[in-house]
Amino acid sequence: MTSTNYAYLSNYAIYSAMVLYTIAFFAHSIEVAFSVRSDEVKTKFDFARTDRAGRIGSAMIFLAFIFIFIGVIFRGISAHRVPWGNMYEFSITGALAFTGSYLVALWKYKLRWLGLPVSIAVLLTLGTAITVLYRPSAPLVPALKSTWLAIHVSAAIASGGVFLLANCIAATYLILDSYESKGLPRPNWAKQLPSLESLDQLSYRLVAFVFPLWTFAVIAGAIWAESAWGRYWGWDPKETWAFITWVAYAAYLHARVTVGWRGRKAAWLCLFAGSTFLFNYIYVNIWGTGRHTYSGL
Amino acid sequence: MSTPQLSNFALLRWAWRQLTSMRTALLLLLLLGFAAIPGSLFPQRTQNPMKVTEYFTNNPGLAKWLDRLRLFDVYSSPWFSAIYLLLFISLIGCVLPRTIEHLKAIGAKPPLTPKFLDRMEYPTSVEVPKDQALDLAEKYLRSKRFRIRRDAESISAEKGYSRETGNLLFHLSLILILVGVGIGSLFGSKGEAIVSVGDRFINTPTSYDNLAFGKFQSEGSLIPFALTVTDFKATYDIKTNAPSDYKLSVLAANPIGAKEVAKVIKVNSPLTYGNTKIYLQANGYSPLVTVRDKSGKVTFQGGTVFLPQDGNLTSSGAIKLPDMKPQIGFVASFVPTYDRSNKRGAFSAFPEVLDPRLLVSVWTGNLGLDSGRPQSVYRVDTSNMTRIGLAQLALHQTYKFSEGSITFEGWKPWVNLQIVDDPGKMYALFGAIFAILGLLLSLFTRQRRIWVKVSDRVEIAGLAKNAAPGLAKEISDLKIKLEGK
Ligand code: HEM
Repeated sequence: MTSTNYAYLSNYAIYSAMVLYTIAFFAHSIEVAFSVRSDEVKTKFDFARTDRAGRIGSAMIFLAFIFIFIGVIFRGISAHRVPWGNMYEFSITGALAFTGSYLVALWKYKLRWLGLPVSIAVLLTLGTAITVLYRPSAPLVPALKSTWLAIHVSAAIASGGVFLLANCIAATYLILDSYESKGLPRPNWAKQLPSLESLDQLSYRLVAFVFPLWTFAVIAGAIWAESAWGRYWGWDPKETWAFITWVAYAAYLHARVTVGWRGRKAAWLCLFAGSTFLFNYIYVNIWGTGRHTYSGL
Repeated sequence: MSTPQLSNFALLRWAWRQLTSMRTALLLLLLLGFAAIPGSLFPQRTQNPMKVTEYFTNNPGLAKWLDRLRLFDVYSSPWFSAIYLLLFISLIGCVLPRTIEHLKAIGAKPPLTPKFLDRMEYPTSVEVPKDQALDLAEKYLRSKRFRIRRDAESISAEKGYSRETGNLLFHLSLILILVGVGIGSLFGSKGEAIVSVGDRFINTPTSYDNLAFGKFQSEGSLIPFALTVTDFKATYDIKTNAPSDYKLSVLAANPIGAKEVAKVIKVNSPLTYGNTKIYLQANGYSPLVTVRDKSGKVTFQGGTVFLPQDGNLTSSGAIKLPDMKPQIGFVASFVPTYDRSNKRGAFSAFPEVLDPRLLVSVWTGNLGLDSGRPQSVYRVDTSNMTRIGLAQLALHQTYKFSEGSITFEGWKPWVNLQIVDDPGKMYALFGAIFAILGLLLSLFTRQRRIWVKVSDRVEIAGLAKNAAPGLAKEISDLKIKLEGK
């Protein structure tokens, strides 16, 4: 097969993943809409049926994961390099990481209630990627030609995916907590969600799980910087904010473990740390200064 | 010892205790995070001196104050260094005693069983004959690799010591990283040199365009190598104009006079001699010209380094002839692949040399080179000069002006080499690797204790450090085991 064929196949795989995600989106909508109502009102749907809808949703997301995976791999083959050379490629890989971390969390903890927001987020990401950010497959600038691209960026993107998932959960915690602290019942859509304690614990588990990976991503970046730029740390804006994110999550972990923060305070700190990551992604990539803008040699 | 001295000593001890608590270390780390922020918001001298100058011209008043607060050199400012040093001391003071304690604890038995198990987590009583309870429990807990303290009436078991091992390893590694950074900045050096194809670079301080030594690094410690640049090849993507490969070929001799060896330097693969690495950092063009005076005598022949202005390597520079009478200066641009638009005038459409032009404006008067003020070699100070000509030259064309002529003979590429000697980086690297190992160990081991106590009944209970999950199951497993169900 030629490079162009691979590039086309990659695009088809991404389109297919979007179709699968759309089905997952509907399945999860059905699940949320009807299983909640069955609490109070009698409907034709009983729990077993909505459970099936949820399962279909999960299966579709799993298939979509495989398709995005193929899409990312074929993109790489078509360009003869790892597929992380421009924003389109970061986005599809980001979608892959986000889906992957959702699936792992789904398998380890019962997280199916996140299926709907995850489908929406991934559909939006892939949608903008393929319409706005799409670039034909092209070679990399010299600074990016390194095996460290694969190592550093995959670690950074994967940890980003999990941090964002933890942020979703912390935000859910805060919303539900505001109901509970006012003594109000949970809103309908949230009837099926886990208890506040398990949300709290879950976001902590996720962060504790990826913090070492994030540390690794930063260190891999430093090792790469040493071979590409002649210093392993230079307080470039991206490096600075990676450090700040690292410190913020370290503070979060310490606040929980050594000081015993739980619940609302911990959730806010988690959101803060996650937003330093987002800030890094947005600020440095869009108002790019520093060397992470890959303007050539 | 007199009283005031004693209280001074007590004060010192108090201060030391405060500084070396884990809480202070954590606060200092947070503070370091916050202190790093301004460096990403204001331009930094070490990264982008031009932007700093620009900031000064745009906001002179504000810039003066920001500069007093060292906000343009955040990472070398006294306040940033102070946080860094305090953190360093705090970490040492915190971690070393804990390490010693932990080493002692490794051989020791778990602590005594507490008096009242019902104050612990998951207390429950078990239906099991009293005389068998402890034997059964010990056998089971040992098989689960708990450490056991067996007393007459009770068992105290503990698991997950490696949590503290990991924790300490992590913090010790942070110290190692800081040591590595320190060694690098005190004993290292870093410099840059522009070298044209065909030229030879000898690693002595005078060969550099700029060179910074660490406080304890001496000039004599530069390793004695020499490089001759034999070729530089840049490849560009035709669709996007983006560079796809840079390849620098050199003949290297280390030490000088040794047999020369052919080497290739690329962006991600520097040339390495011990702790010294030679990086390919930037590239550009030097146009070659011949300048003659009115009589036709050659007054200058050769290349001049021009600085790239955009991704397509439109380059600008200055050719200065202080020895001609009157003095002549050329303000010039080199365009590797010529194109022009009404808005921009002549510019380059592709970074490779396909259709080159040299644009010159000729100035005569006083170049101001002996005014004592340092001058950029890329710019002509035209304040005391008048313009006497303007031309656009294709290859091999000559432009005649009233004082002489200039001929565009060709071009050659130059590269900017960055030469860095960092003797501390291996420490930092090992620190980083151990830090990750320590983190993994401490985040993924759960430390917990389980007690079995025989009194009028058989009780069990546990305690998980940091509310780690899974203890409930372990207790109920033990209970099932003991009850033989
Ligand atoms: C100390 C050194 C480095 C640090 C701390 C660092 C930090 C980061 C961080 C935090 C990200 C996550 C994505 C984001 O927030 O935007 C990232 C992504 C990335 N890094 Fe680095 N990096 C370092 C060195 C390097 C080097 C040397 C290169 C290549 C020459 C590089 C290339 C990339 C690329 C291609 C991405 C993904 C694209 C992006 O999201 O902008 N990094 N890096």
